[in-house]
Amino acid sequence: MKRLRELLGTAPSFLWLTAFVLLPVIMIFAIAFKPTLPGGEVGEGWSLDAVKALLDPSYPILLWRTVWVSAVVTALCVAVSLPVAYAMARLSSAWRSRVLLLVIVPFWTNFVIRVFAWQQVLHAQGWLADGLRSIGFLGENDRLLGNAFAVVLVSVYTYLPFGILPLFAAAEKFDFALLDAARDLGAKAFRTFTSVFIPGIRQGIITAIVVIFIPMLGSYVVPDMVGGADSQMIGNKIAQRNFSDRNLPQAAALSAALTLLVMVPMALKRKGERA
Amino acid sequence: MSGHLIFENVTRRFGSFTAVSDVTLEIRRGESFSLLGPSGCGKTTLLRMAAGFDTPDKGRILLNGKDITTLPPDKRPVNTVFQNYALFPHLSVRDNIAFGPKIARRAKAEITREVDRMLELVDLASHADKKPAQLSGGQKQRVAIARALVNKPEVLLLDEPLAALDLKLRQRLLVELDAIHDEVGITFVYVTHDQSEAMSFSDRIAVMNKGGIEQIGLPAEIYETPRSSFVAAFIGDTNFIDGRITEAIDGRFSRCEVDGLGAITIDNDKPVKPGDKVHLSIRPEKLVVSRGEPAAAPTQNAVSGIVEDVIYFGSHTRYWVRCGEWRLCAEVQHRTFLLDETPPTWGDTVWLRWQANDGFLLDQYRAEDEELLTLPEE
Repeated sequence: MKRLRELLGTAPSFLWLTAFVLLPVIMIFAIAFKPTLPGGEVGEGWSLDAVKALLDPSYPILLWRTVWVSAVVTALCVAVSLPVAYAMARLSSAWRSRVLLLVIVPFWTNFVIRVFAWQQVLHAQGWLADGLRSIGFLGENDRLLGNAFAVVLVSVYTYLPFGILPLFAAAEKFDFALLDAARDLGAKAFRTFTSVFIPGIRQGIITAIVVIFIPMLGSYVVPDMVGGADSQMIGNKIAQRNFSDRNLPQAAALSAALTLLVMVPMALKRKGERA
Repeated sequence: MSGHLIFENVTRRFGSFTAVSDVTLEIRRGESFSLLGPSGCGKTTLLRMAAGFDTPDKGRILLNGKDITTLPPDKRPVNTVFQNYALFPHLSVRDNIAFGPKIARRAKAEITREVDRMLELVDLASHADKKPAQLSGGQKQRVAIARALVNKPEVLLLDEPLAALDLKLRQRLLVELDAIHDEVGITFVYVTHDQSEAMSFSDRIAVMNKGGIEQIGLPAEIYETPRSSFVAAFIGDTNFIDGRITEAIDGRFSRCEVDGLGAITIDNDKPVKPGDKVHLSIRPEKLVVSRGEPAAAPTQNAVSGIVEDVIYFGSHTRYWVRCGEWRLCAEVQHRTFLLDETPPTWGDTVWLRWQANDGFLLDQYRAEDEELLTLPEE
């Protein structure tokens, strides 16, 4: 009886996840094993063509770039969020909610518009490029736009709130008397931060890494709009296979490979939560 | 001055609030010293300034004659036991205790040896690998003490270390703490709002009120010879009686007229002359309760009244007795089997008597301090 009630209670979320997560993922995995028709439709029967196409020699470079760009963006976001979260947690509650609002406000503007804004800021004839060139920080032929630097910068900008919010949530619950205790036991301020504060908000850091790193792996809009030919990521290749090449099975095979890739940090998070 | 830890004219303000006001205090090497007072009296601020978490606006703090006023906490040979223990939740008991020695970059073998010694001292060797969350309150407390003592501080600061524990455990840890103090022999500065903790644990006590020190002395001095009504009322319970000196009997005793009670004999604890207004504090246990009128004696006072309230505590009973305009509290210790007796009860007429030198003349009286007494509602 109790078991039945538990099942009924979790049924809605179970059905939701089945319908909108599990089934689509199964479909993507299934389409990866289908043949392609010349017109772009998915054919009848089964084929390993799309999966074999994953051996394309350009993919490992793409995959490697996707992983390191995501890792760099995640690391930068966490690095910037740590002191921000620390400072926010120490504010009075009135100031805290004001600063929190400032962190959230950018969400009220459409994401694509914000990336467009960055395009203008980083434009070769924009004020930033002109300014940097005039003080010699930027060479005549150097570009701020259309490279991995632009992708990382704009991605960090985009994902920063996803770093700040979980870290702040963890820092808010942190017992700041522990920092006094560490200082009292002889630790300098920096040591106190690294060996007491950071372990103390470990759960928040893991959450931040997961919610930044995983969507970053599937990044598409940012590299498309501010990146160049040598800063494309897997997401751009999936889009290309789908929209230009009209090869849905190959797009599905790449997506499936990405999904498997995402499982790794997920498994890490679960392991971290259990420890 | 020759003290170990010295506060010299220390003042600390937070905005318009003066937390500590011109405090001068000398704590001797090796003694266990208590800062006792109600919340907001400045005792914790004083402790935080000794630890280095706060800096005085005025005045100096000296350790071994060296000025440490602006030294950061990690540079002071002083360690703190925090109110809520502040154990590092991500570290085991062993690693919590090893935190200080590791920062000091002591040799690995030495750290292990010292931590083991500390675990032995606080009797937690079998819990060394547990995380703080797996410990009881009393065990956490002992880890906090070990974590501080392993650094061999010159002074151990304890900030209400037992406040979060229940009464029985508090009493037991107090005995343990006293034993640890005897064993390590360093200076302990103990902050508490609980007078019984301070009385039982300390060599000397400073009673604080509103940022200042009301009185410093041995526990018995503080209790028996309170300088102010605040000290008298904060440490235990007392009866305040005010009157006017009418005549000097001899160098030691005077007659004092108390409105609504009559003339009593008092001990001249301070120089008084006829006409002076005086405030007397008499502890409840100094008042002897009897049914019959006691025989007159030259330096003894006796008044009669009606029992208005009786509160039984097991080892003793408290009587509130209406004597004219006064309501006096008397405490009777039960030295014999109580059920064989018929002690006075509500409405009974009883006599209260006390020796003239059992009362104490206060230097300073403030009516608001009467609020601190555990007087039942009229």
